[in-house]
Amino acid sequence: MADDHTVLMDGAGIKRALTRIAHEVLERNKGVADIVLIGIRSGGVLLAEGIAQQISVIEGWDVPVGAVDITLYRDDCSGQLPHHPVGKTDIPFSLEAKKVVLVDDVLYTGRTIRAAMDALMDFGRPKSIQLAVLIDRGHRELPIRADFVGRNVPTSQKENVQVVFDGLNQPIEVVLEK
Amino acid sequence: MAEFKHKHIIALRDLSKEDIELLISTAESMREINSRDIKKVPTLRGKTIINLFYEASTRTRTSFEIAGKRLSADTVNITTASSSTTKGETLADTALNLLAMKPDIIVMRHSVSGSHYFLANKINCSIINAGDGAHEHPSQGLLDLLTMKDRFGRLDGLKVAIVGDITHSRVARSNIQGLTKLGSKVFLAGPPTMMPPGVEKLGDVTVCTSMNEALQDADVVMMLRIQQERQGKTLMPNAREYSRYFGLNPGNIRLAKPGAMIMHPGPINRGVEMSSSMVDGEQSWILKQVENGVAVRMSMLYHVCGGELE
Repeated sequence: MADDHTVLMDGAGIKRALTRIAHEVLERNKGVADIVLIGIRSGGVLLAEGIAQQISVIEGWDVPVGAVDITLYRDDCSGQLPHHPVGKTDIPFSLEAKKVVLVDDVLYTGRTIRAAMDALMDFGRPKSIQLAVLIDRGHRELPIRADFVGRNVPTSQKENVQVVFDGLNQPIEVVLEK
Repeated sequence: MAEFKHKHIIALRDLSKEDIELLISTAESMREINSRDIKKVPTLRGKTIINLFYEASTRTRTSFEIAGKRLSADTVNITTASSSTTKGETLADTALNLLAMKPDIIVMRHSVSGSHYFLANKINCSIINAGDGAHEHPSQGLLDLLTMKDRFGRLDGLKVAIVGDITHSRVARSNIQGLTKLGSKVFLAGPPTMMPPGVEKLGDVTVCTSMNEALQDADVVMMLRIQQERQGKTLMPNAREYSRYFGLNPGNIRLAKPGAMIMHPGPINRGVEMSSSMVDGEQSWILKQVENGVAVRMSMLYHVCGGELE
């Protein structure tokens, strides 16, 4: 592998991190009551499903998983930039009075999370919103922090962090590109 | 993923297959907003859309207005009956004056074919065609494509019969452009006086000599309105005779595939181009077309805002 390409986590490492996050979510919320997971398209949705699977193994209970696409809530949409493709938001249950765990793959500036929270508010009034991310790479531009973190990775703004999924939508590695 | 590079949407003829597919897939994603309790997203906040309608419209104008509002744009409607057009102002002058108020998008319907191309050369905001004369009606074409995709999951290989006054129909032209680009086969039927010469050159289009021939094994039957306001007096003897030869009824629909979709762009002349039992029957997708119209127009407004000036 080239020098400008470092593997930060492999598939087994990612799975252990998701298992730990599942335990932490249950501990913090004292069980599965009223918990729903909402993944941010596209990586966050797949990770949310992974966390839900672990919760199901631990507690024997399937928590609902939804998906939110933040394109229509972006703060860089009003310029004359070519618009991003719009993915489907799919939240087939009420968020009213639920404890929402928002899931994303990489936390960076925090702008995606701001957009996702605005989107969730349009679906009702959750009791709380918590944030789970696989990687926190720093460089926040908004006052946002994660409640559950797979791994903190110090990065420079020139670098790029990506969670790679295989054809079956299973996370296989996290890579840092220089 | 494809990027949408057009600043204007005037005709499906100007768009590529990829452009059309992107507009449809965005509409599929937008549709979810219309079933929320709070039917609004902030995407086009601060954008101004002027709906400039030189011809009567219920569905298209309301649908564009709702689409703009659901994306948080400010929408203003102008209908010519209450505008300075009645005092003799020209189209170009009206447009330049509206432009001085800095709109981002003008959605226009006009009775003259090609009037949007004329305006596009004069103004620096986006322009969307909501129907121009007998040329095109791209938002209707796109919502028809989306509705067919809802039913069949694809457009490739579908047999689509379009029946009625093809000459005066901008809906037919937009559908022919869109359907042939996406791989459907189009069969046209109508009185010879309402069939434009050379229409088969537009793509995979067959001109049939009778309505029955067009209906045979069709997946989709699209009926067109008899446009009495655009026709001279001599194109058909009377509505009853038209209905006998080119009306859809429980008898001739049996020629189409079982469960074929019945579509109509509206407004319907009940009892002329189709019987009431066909309009309200189980095979009718007419209200679904109207429902899809809002999502399709949201998609169009969204993408022209990200397009580049040509």
